[in-house]
Amino acid sequence: MEESISSILEGHHHDPTRLMDILIDVQDETGFIGDQAVAQIADGVGLSVADVEQTRSFYHFFSKKPTGKYAIYLNTSVNACMMGHDAVARTFEVEAGIPCNSVTRDGLIGLFDTSCIGMSDQEPAAIINGKIFPNLTPFRVKELIRDIREGKSVDELVVEGYGDGQNSNSDIRAVVNNNIRKIGPVLNPNYKPGEVIRKKLPEMTPQQVIDEMKRSNIRGRGGAGFPTGMKWEICRQAESDEKYIICNADEGEPGTFKDRVILTERPKLLLEGMVVAAYATGAQKGILYIRHEYKYLKTYLEKLIEGAHKRNLMGRDIAGIKGFDFDVRIQFGAGSYVCGEESALIESAEGKRGEPRDKPPFPVEKGYLDKPTVVNNVETFCSAVKVLLYGAEWYRSFGTTDSTGTKVLSISGDCRYPGIYEVEWGFSVNDICGMAGAEDVMAVQVGGPSGSLVSPSDFDRVLCYADLSTGGSLIIFNHSRDLLQDVVLNFTSFFIEESCGSCSTCRIMPVILRDKLIKILNARGVKQDITDMLSWAEVLKASRCGLGQTAANPIITSIHNFRHLYDQKTRGEARYDTGFDLNKATQEAMMATGKFVMSE
Amino acid sequence: MANSNNLSFSIDGVTCLAREGSTILDAARKNGVFIPTLCNLEGIPPKGACRVCSVKVNGKLLTACTTRIAQGMEVENDTPGLNNLRKAIVEMLFVEGNHLCPSCEKSGDCELQALAYRYTMTVPRYPYFYPKRAVDASHPKIVKDHNRCILCKRCVRAVKDEKGRSIFVFLNRGFETKIYIDPELAGKLTDELARKAVEVCPVGAIMPRGEGFKTPIGKRKYDKAPIGSDL
Repeated sequence: MEESISSILEGHHHDPTRLMDILIDVQDETGFIGDQAVAQIADGVGLSVADVEQTRSFYHFFSKKPTGKYAIYLNTSVNACMMGHDAVARTFEVEAGIPCNSVTRDGLIGLFDTSCIGMSDQEPAAIINGKIFPNLTPFRVKELIRDIREGKSVDELVVEGYGDGQNSNSDIRAVVNNNIRKIGPVLNPNYKPGEVIRKKLPEMTPQQVIDEMKRSNIRGRGGAGFPTGMKWEICRQAESDEKYIICNADEGEPGTFKDRVILTERPKLLLEGMVVAAYATGAQKGILYIRHEYKYLKTYLEKLIEGAHKRNLMGRDIAGIKGFDFDVRIQFGAGSYVCGEESALIESAEGKRGEPRDKPPFPVEKGYLDKPTVVNNVETFCSAVKVLLYGAEWYRSFGTTDSTGTKVLSISGDCRYPGIYEVEWGFSVNDICGMAGAEDVMAVQVGGPSGSLVSPSDFDRVLCYADLSTGGSLIIFNHSRDLLQDVVLNFTSFFIEESCGSCSTCRIMPVILRDKLIKILNARGVKQDITDMLSWAEVLKASRCGLGQTAANPIITSIHNFRHLYDQKTRGEARYDTGFDLNKATQEAMMATGKFVMSE
Repeated sequence: MANSNNLSFSIDGVTCLAREGSTILDAARKNGVFIPTLCNLEGIPPKGACRVCSVKVNGKLLTACTTRIAQGMEVENDTPGLNNLRKAIVEMLFVEGNHLCPSCEKSGDCELQALAYRYTMTVPRYPYFYPKRAVDASHPKIVKDHNRCILCKRCVRAVKDEKGRSIFVFLNRGFETKIYIDPELAGKLTDELARKAVEVCPVGAIMPRGEGFKTPIGKRKYDKAPIGSDL
């Protein structure tokens, strides 16, 4: 082990800013990152053990203890739970003979929970040694454990054939499906990779590119909606010897999976967009930051970058433009939702804990390694290429005045056709339900857990930056769902799991709110508990980043839009209840002494 | 120009002057205005971890310790809403750990306790978590009591070894976050750094080994006058 860690350190030039890559490689190669490995890494990159340990302990997929020869990470998202997670999880536990979050005594199988893995349209899904296993059933789980015990390799575990489109590519070979249901200008396959770099860029000055972007009125597709042209322009004007373009492909919002599909089906469009941004801003280096869950796309994407170099679409004097040099490297995350926040993503790419930075300064002034950095969403880069190809006028013909262009939506939940839909801004929630074949709809979660839980009375509201702004995650719930138990509690637990812990507000308040919610779900709540939740949640607004500021949104929006569900569970006119359940508290002792548990 | 008070701004409607580049917190102090802090400490880079110094600018909550003054900025500070927010944060920190003031050696010198008095906290509005936390007495010069730690990151930021490496860091994330102490570097801690670690801790989470109650209760920093009285 010592030797393989040495060669990993060598491979990353003992560079402390590449600590993420070093830890990912050690985890992959040895199955864990124990004290000995941490000490060796610390020594190798010139950091203290504490420095390495703070990064290691931050990420979900870094483990201090061995994770088993077959490390199974089963998704616990709302979608997974709706589609049968509990039965699948129980079967895993029974067949493997261990509770979740442990490893069998022979070290063969490790079983772990994990937050949304970007497979919401094919849940329940698990990751086994980096490979995705979607559409799991208890039957399939039994097969998997049996095959693992028979010593089959992870590749041999696949019995269902590979997915549609490039999922069957020899460099991917994943059992994942794209489920593209509606193609618009961005996803349109009639596109010649490299055309904009070769034909448009040589004829345009960087400022002209920025002007075209500004005229198109395109705004960031990650959810915050910052005008892209303006972002590029600020970065262009920043004086620095080095600038960076970062693509944020860390989509972690439960219910979103559109970046996965774009990375699989339109990666050249995305890379071309990064090159365009580099030309406009004067950046020479790029980073494609991808969430760890999509690591199965690594070889495929690396080869595409290599190919771009061969075709002079990256590298030196790109497309014959003297002095236009640009190169992209891929940075994987290691399991952290908050790294989708741009400054946390930058910290992570520098090999640190994914804690958001204070702003200002914004990344365009002081970003990766303190250099001016543009961070844009996958979809933003893709759209930028089309803006240059067909012009700002054309782009503005889609969508609304305020929100131009299209949005790629990830639709999942209770509908006949979950998948990817590229629609113009201005679609209503009703349109979406109709399009996806959803009936008997009780609620739609627009924008993932950090968005809002919308009730039918608001289904005529439209998706745009001015009304329902969204990064594109839409989860549909029909009337068979218990919104508070299955949705609100799950989302709140998600925020607790994913908080970076730096702000007191986001570290503590979601836990306080979850306990209140559980009290209500246990039929111990009173009206005051609902009032308390609304007023207590206010402190979250003082958090540094969007995760903290929106962590109470599942509770707040469900109280506003589904108040009756709370009222049904609270104890009528009772004014006070401690929430203490004597029977429950003494249950264990009663069982041990053979006494009956009194029921109320 | 750089050294003169060349920016004009207001706090709660009172016009003040500040040097360019100063934070809202520094500018307020220079103008005799109290803004509460816990994680901030002069001389180390601000972090905005505790959020207790939150003020409002243009209706937006910002931490005074990290935000720089701009010309004409209108800062809201001593308002019922903001003071309730600060009190709420102090209460949250009280229920998150195990803060038993009567038996704590830091009582009277503790900034968390002092803020609780200042904001007239009687009993926290939130239920106590009563977490099970350890006291780490494995290091030769300091004792780390995790029960009292409020994760302000002062020790993380202020105490580094001669090569700039961290001795104190955050371990884990979210509600599981705690301070991790580098065992080797803590073993070699100089007297000076050990004293610094103790001094920067706003609560009684890092205490020196081999001494106690040097200043008797009743003669401590906040025993006579509430925190912020110097302003």
